[in-house]
Parts: sequence; structure tokens; C-alpha cells
Amino acid sequence: MNSPSRLPFYIAVFLLIAAGISLAIWRHAELGIPWLTGEQHPVWMVEARVDFNGSNQPIVASLNVPEHPPGFRILTEQAASPGYGFSIIDKAGSRRAEWTKREVAGPQTLYFKAQFIPDPGAEQTPPAQPPKTRRLFWEEPQATAVREILAQAEARSSTPESMTRELIRLMQPDTRVQNTTLLVSEENYLQLLVNMLNHSGIPARTADGLKLEDARRRQQLTPFLQIYNGEKWLTLNPKTAAQGIPEDLLLWRQGSESLLDVVGGDNSEISFSILRQTIPALQLSAMQSDGNGLGFLSFYELPIEEQSMFRMLLLLPLGALVVAFMRIVIGIRTSGTFMPVLIAVAFVQTTLVPGLVAFLSVVAIGLAMRGYLSSLNLLLVSRISALIILVIFITAGLSIFGYQMGFNTGMTVTFFPMVIIAWTIERMSILWEEEGGQEVLVQGSGSLFVAICAYLLMSAPLAGHLTFNFPELHFSILGLILLMGQYTGYKLSELRRFTPMKVYD
Amino acid sequence: MDWISPRALNRLGMLNMNRRNVDYIARYNERSSYPLVDNKLKTKLAVAEYDVKTPKLLQVVKQQHEISRFREMAEGLAGFAIKPAKGSGGKGITVITGRDGDSFVKASGARVGASVLERHLTNILAGLYSLAGTPDVAIVEDLVESAPSLARYSHQGVPDIRIIVFQGYPVMAMLRLATTDSDGKANLHQGAVGVGLDLGTGKSLNAVQFNRPITLHPDTGLPLENIQIEAWDEMLEMASRCFEATGLGYMGVDLVVDAQHGPQLLELNARPGLAIQMANGRGLLPRLRAVERLKRPHFTPKERANYAMKNFASL
Repeated sequence: MNSPSRLPFYIAVFLLIAAGISLAIWRHAELGIPWLTGEQHPVWMVEARVDFNGSNQPIVASLNVPEHPPGFRILTEQAASPGYGFSIIDKAGSRRAEWTKREVAGPQTLYFKAQFIPDPGAEQTPPAQPPKTRRLFWEEPQATAVREILAQAEARSSTPESMTRELIRLMQPDTRVQNTTLLVSEENYLQLLVNMLNHSGIPARTADGLKLEDARRRQQLTPFLQIYNGEKWLTLNPKTAAQGIPEDLLLWRQGSESLLDVVGGDNSEISFSILRQTIPALQLSAMQSDGNGLGFLSFYELPIEEQSMFRMLLLLPLGALVVAFMRIVIGIRTSGTFMPVLIAVAFVQTTLVPGLVAFLSVVAIGLAMRGYLSSLNLLLVSRISALIILVIFITAGLSIFGYQMGFNTGMTVTFFPMVIIAWTIERMSILWEEEGGQEVLVQGSGSLFVAICAYLLMSAPLAGHLTFNFPELHFSILGLILLMGQYTGYKLSELRRFTPMKVYD
Repeated sequence: MDWISPRALNRLGMLNMNRRNVDYIARYNERSSYPLVDNKLKTKLAVAEYDVKTPKLLQVVKQQHEISRFREMAEGLAGFAIKPAKGSGGKGITVITGRDGDSFVKASGARVGASVLERHLTNILAGLYSLAGTPDVAIVEDLVESAPSLARYSHQGVPDIRIIVFQGYPVMAMLRLATTDSDGKANLHQGAVGVGLDLGTGKSLNAVQFNRPITLHPDTGLPLENIQIEAWDEMLEMASRCFEATGLGYMGVDLVVDAQHGPQLLELNARPGLAIQMANGRGLLPRLRAVERLKRPHFTPKERANYAMKNFASL
């Protein structure tokens, strides 16, 4: 008889294992689900505080809020402002938080809080259409000065970026010539720069950034220059011409004209407080995966009750893996193939020592009672049924007795599956009659050993975390179990069993 | 703790549990053939067509009301055995060796009345001895009287000969002797003595009990070397014929030698144990592989038995 090639099988197993692991890695990278429990991520909490004086008029306060700030992702946003109507409005290229109230008098304070996660990969989406430049009409003699400076900068540059850099350099106090002195004053420097760039055909605008430092209050925004290089907006420091955004800089405003508009109030002011927080990485990824295409694999979508059930269910494959390994590779004899897994599941709920005590006492009492049942020569089904009822009596008795004696652990015995225990007792008892007490001891302790191993694995926080958050890893477990089903090598126990063969070697 | 290295086991060609299950039982034994060996009555009927002798079937009790006919059938019999068809490991087998007035004498010497045997039959029908508890059938067979040359080695119980048959080729054999430890049963893991048999000659090789080598029978004190099985070639051929009867590629054939009727088949086993290798001091794998390598298998049981006698003893 020719056996079919096992290659397809091994390829399938390899694919299963690889699929499980790679899917897990992918989800880790995409959703940021952490590998370990208790991993923490830094989050910047920024609070914008708007102060103004009401003047008995209906008020509309509108604050520009960040939208896709480069290098960050927005985690949460909320506004605190009692008595005000609040909404976030998306208007042509800018997001604005808008507070409204009918009657306002006296000093008012509004808060807007947002949490930002540093994410080096977060890029701004390039505008759908290239922005237009706004040409300004300059009066003489400024018009001549602008023309000459631009010509000078243009002669020394090749791209919009280098042009901007040259222009900034020319406008610095130490390089200033007559033309620039005519144009520049301290207040209008940035606006002038923007106007000149626009004049030369390079779309430019201003932006405001917030330097993120832990536990700062009353911070102000610092202005930046943004130019469009034909592909995307670039951010430059208007003084040093340094291109790019420092890591600790959050661009609060970009693309919109004003930071804060207050209609119906005066003396408006804005300041920022910054706090560095850490939140569990798991919580973070759960918050982010909402509505994400990859979130479908997550159990967090389920109701809490089902979630806790799945937490337990998803541990079972680990137990099955332990049993398969112990029986196939180690060669430990257990009574009932998967009885150890079910016992281990009960141990997870009872914790080890009370569970062990409860289990052993139920089985011992059960075995004693089964001895009497066996002398009655009952048929199997009614014998097992009687045993199930006896097991329930025993657990009830132990619980009540334990409770009266002041041991609450006595109650944990109810976590054990009654039918499984009844079958265990039945099997042990038959084993006792047929093979003797020693075999009962061997198989009983083997089962308990495997159950404890499975328990130790299943109760490890990491195991619970990985199985629940990366359910795809079960593909790999399945692959491993299938692979073990093909193991034809010697069991560890056989190396001992066959020892007398040494003399023939 | 004493260990043997996997490499040494490989050198010896020891078949292990996992490989037996995956490479031999799962590959060569059709699931559909299992009922044939798990049910003694079916086995009996199947092998009868292939000239394999079994203890004479006296009565089959299938229904409760048929039990009433047991008494008249047993009237004139001196010895017989009552067996559950689906029993395993010798469970539920009652052996009656003689009569004492109206009562029956059991193998242990105890005397029981007919009503006790009838209750036993009821229990068998109800499935008390079939492992899954399913309803069963009781068979009443002629008593096997072991040939005295072998019987003297065994403590109670009938010594039997286990032959592993692979693809119709007998590949390894051992004699199993009951002991007090095994309670008259011939199962090695219950404490019976296993005596390896040379496939070429039917002579004993070495003996083990509880996986440990021994030289004397623990109860009878008889030396276990130089045992010679008679009609060896006939037994091998008979074992080989069971392949055609059942279609099982890898099985254990349990034979007994009856004083009057010669070799008879007791039962077949689709999952024979591995301890036979230790009784022989040889691994099964070289012989199994030799059979697998055969380009042109022999067609008749006789040819296969001859081939095995000639080639496998030295492997």
C-alpha cells in the first residue's frame, strides 16, 4: 500500500502556523495591540483655555482645533463649558470648536481638552487641489523692494524650498540691506514673508505650533511658516529657515485663517496647559480600532458577558495543546483524554490549592461511594446517573460544611463540572477493579499533573492576554496540534519502558 | 532512573506507540473492519470460511428468552466457556471445567448452580461487560483443553500464542503464560509472562514479566528456555489466513493449542501491544519494513508463512 505524500499536509500546517503568527504581527503593527500585558504608552493631554468678557450679547466663540496634526494622532476630544452649546464643525479645510450662548455677561472661561498620541507615521493628507497663490498689490516704493529681494532670492535658488530659505536668510537682521529694512518691521515679519512668497508664485501660509512639555501651564502658540512645494505643505521655522517639525511640536492650527474668533465678547485670550499621561497600550489600541477595518477580529466588540466567556473559551486550545504534548511526546497516562483540561479550567476559577483540595476530596468520597454502587451490579447508564447525583450531594455537602466551618473556599467546589467528575470517578473505579490501585494512582496523578501544567499555562496573564487579543494565534496552535498528530517518534516514557532492551543492543 | 537512548531504540528497530498508531494501524487497518475483530461471534464466522479453526460454537444467546434453552443445552456437557461477544481483556468470561451433580465446576474450583450462570448470561446481554455498555450477545463455546506440553507452564488459564500479522505475513510471535499476578489472564500488562518465540522454529527466545527479563516462571518455577511449540508452521499459516478473512493489515492473532483439535483461533486484535518486542528482544520495524519493501507479495498464506519462517527470524 502506498501512502499519499505528506507534503501537502506539511505545507498546510506551515501555512496555518505562518498565517497565525503573521496576522498577529500585522495586527500588532497596524492596531498597536501590545504583545505584553501592562505595556504603557505616553499620551499628551492638551487643554486650551479661552477667556473673554461677555457683554450681554449672544455669543459665538469659535476655536480652531487640530485636524491631522503631523506626527500625532488625536485620541479623544472634549469640551468643558457649563451652560454653553458646543459642537465641532468641519468647514473648508479647518475644524473649529464652536461654543454658543444667548446671554453672557462678565468674565467667561471655556475649556477644550484633547489627547494626542505621538505617531511618527501620521502624515497630513496632501490637498486634493494645489492651493492658489494670492497676489498682493504693493505700493511703491515697497513694490520695487519686493521685486528686487525676490529676484535676488530666486537667482540663488532652484526649488520652492530653497527659494524660501534664501528669502528668510535675506530678511534676517544681520543680512538686511536697504530694501529689506524698508519692508520689515517686527510685527509684520511673518505676514510679509507669506505675502512675498505668494507674490513669487509659491503658495504659503502661517501655522501655529505648541511645544509639548510636561506639566506646563499658560503656554502660547509659536508661529510657523508653511509653503506648498507642489506635492504637500512643508513647515519651516520662519526665523532659522529650519525645515520640518520638531518631534515635540504639535501643529495646533494650519490652513485656517484665525485661531480664535469671539463674536459678542471682548478681551479674548487663549492659553494652553500640557500634561504628559500614560495609558495602557491595550486600552489605546481598543480606542483606535473602533471603526478600523482590522477591528473585526477583536472580541471587544462583543457584550461584556460574552467577552468574559470567550476569555475562558480561548484558553481551552492552550490546555488542549498541553494535553496533546503530554500524551504524545511525553507519554503521561491520563484518565479520560481531555478531563485534565476541564479540571484545569475549574482550577483557573478556584485557584490551585483550594481547587486541588476540593477536587481530591470529591473524587475520594465519590470513589468510596462508587464501591458500594459496584456491588449492586447496576447497568452503566443508571450507575453513572446515580453517580452524578451523588457527586452533587458531595459538592453540596462540602460547600455547606466548608461554609459552616468558615472556609469560603469550600464553595469553589461548585466550579467543577459535575458530569465530568462523575465520569472520572466511574473510570477510576473501573480501573481500580480491572488493573488495581497502582494504575489508578498512576493515571490519577498523571491527570492531575497534566491539569496543573495546563492550569499554570492558562492562568499566566500573558497567555490570557495573547489568546484574547490575538485570537489568530489559535491558527498556530491548531497547526502545532496537527503537527503533533504526525509525530511518530518515541515518547519520553517509552525511553524508560524499553530500557530492558539495552541488553540486546 | 534508567533510560535507553532513542538512537539505541532506532538501532534495535523498536516500534513505538505513536508510529504504530500513525504508520501501521491508521494506514493498514480499515475502520470498517474493526467490528469484525471486536465481536468474537463475527470473528468466528468470518474466519470459519478460511479454514481457521475456532473452539466449537455450542450456543449463541441473543435474547433474554433464549436463556431458558441454555439449561437443556448444557445438560450433557462437561466443560464449556461463556463469553460476551464484545468483551475485552477477558472480562465476563466464565469457564466451566466439569460437573458435580447438578452444579457446575468453575476453573477456580468453585461450584455454581445453573441459575447463577443464567444470571451471568443476563448480565452479558445487558452489556455489563462490553466497554461502552451497549447490549451484547453471549456465546457458549467448547472448552479449550490446552496441550499438556504447554499447559504445565501456565498458572491457571490457558497459555496462548500471540502472533503479529502484517499484510498477511507473520512477523513476530510470543507465548503468553498466565500467573497469579495476572489472575489467570494472559494480558502482559496485567502481569502475564511473555515468552518470545523464534519465528523460524517456534522455540522460545527469552521471557519477560512486567517488562523485566526473567528465566523461570514465577509460579510454576519451570525454566522458560527451550520451550518448543508443536506444529509451528501450521500455526503461522493459520495466523496468516486471518488476513484474508478480515482484511486487517496489522493485527494480533491469538491462538491456543488444543489437546485434541490442535491450533485454534481464540481472538483477533486490531491494536496489538508493543510488549511482544521486549519478549523477543527484537524490534518489529525491520520486519515490518521488509514486508513493505516486497515488490511482489506472496499470494497464498502458506507461501507467506514460509517466507516469514525463512527470513524474519534473523532480522
